[in-house]
Amino acid sequence: MLDVIVRKRFVTVEEIFHDGGPIAAQPALRGVVGAVIHNPFAGRYVEEITDFMEDLKPLGKQMALDLIDALGGDPARIEGYGKASMVGEGGELEHGALWHAPGGYSMRETLPASNAIVPSGGPGTRIDVPVTHSNASYVRSHFDSIEVGLNDAPKADEMLVILVMTTGPRIHNRAGGLAAADVTGKDGLR
Amino acid sequence: MKLRKIVTTVDEIHLEMGQTIAPPTRRAVATAVIENPFAGAYHDDLTELMDTGAELGGLLGQKCVEALGITPAQAESYGKAAMVGENGELEHAAALLHPKLGAPLRAAVEKGAALVPSSKKMGSMGQALDVPLGHKDAAYVRSHFDGIEVRINDAPRANEIMVSVAVTASGRPLPRVGGLTADDAKGEDGLR
Repeated sequence: MLDVIVRKRFVTVEEIFHDGGPIAAQPALRGVVGAVIHNPFAGRYVEEITDFMEDLKPLGKQMALDLIDALGGDPARIEGYGKASMVGEGGELEHGALWHAPGGYSMRETLPASNAIVPSGGPGTRIDVPVTHSNASYVRSHFDSIEVGLNDAPKADEMLVILVMTTGPRIHNRAGGLAAADVTGKDGLR
Repeated sequence: MKLRKIVTTVDEIHLEMGQTIAPPTRRAVATAVIENPFAGAYHDDLTELMDTGAELGGLLGQKCVEALGITPAQAESYGKAAMVGENGELEHAAALLHPKLGAPLRAAVEKGAALVPSSKKMGSMGQALDVPLGHKDAAYVRSHFDGIEVRINDAPRANEIMVSVAVTASGRPLPRVGGLTADDAKGEDGLR
């Protein structure tokens, strides 16, 4: 059991009224929650790292709850989600992959979230977090991404772990494909 | 005012240089992305942006206070900044920030005897805007001099302006450079 040491946390909510088209009756919300944690494996090669995934689960759960809260508190309103991690320069890409299970576990009622990992990010590095429909990956209107970064993280011995959620499709989505209304929601894809 | 989006962030520091920060520092910054009604041509009268500044002072101040989950009186420091897209001019930022934004912001954070520290710049999409922070009732409180960075990957477009208001519920995580403390501040003249 390794301690999960949190240096800082942040929550961002974006309210989008329009993007050059008609003004939406309800603004689309896109939310991000992030935590900057100590990387217990920084600076050396550690073979066995998987236990840390279990250790990260409570943090992931709390982050998901806080983000739902910031987006109005109703889990039923969340339509899209994604996750990402960024590893400071003293770590390796594989450390970022540890966020797959706890990040996904925290948000998943139905299917795996998509995931992006940036190795060796330094303070100020930005990461594009992919967003997909939370119930059916092929829903085209919900493909999106949110850029995230902090000017003071991650330091060399840190990792930035991120969850994102949206309350709906892209604001002026009109590129066709599977519609959210037509989802059967059985296989996680359609 | 043609408002395209609002982005609000709360930043909490729990640990700094190995020292536990309890309670954690908490800072909020809310940013509006608006259309610049004067983009592309010189206008002598900037009243429209001054009025927009008044609307945004209240709106963004309230967003911050709400996001922090505090009462207005619990706000400790504040600041404001604007970044103008390439078809505008620096004076557009001044029109938004200086004539009218302050009063409704002060209503949102209760009191606010001190000058609201500000910065302004021209910029393009994804560029960083640093919002200065100072104690809201006594500008000399040294523990509360700070700044918070804002960056939005799709703003400001050439015909847009980003307007930010920051409000905190704390000073810096480990203040130890002396000066007037928040506890000793009278908060009457805005300075001490």
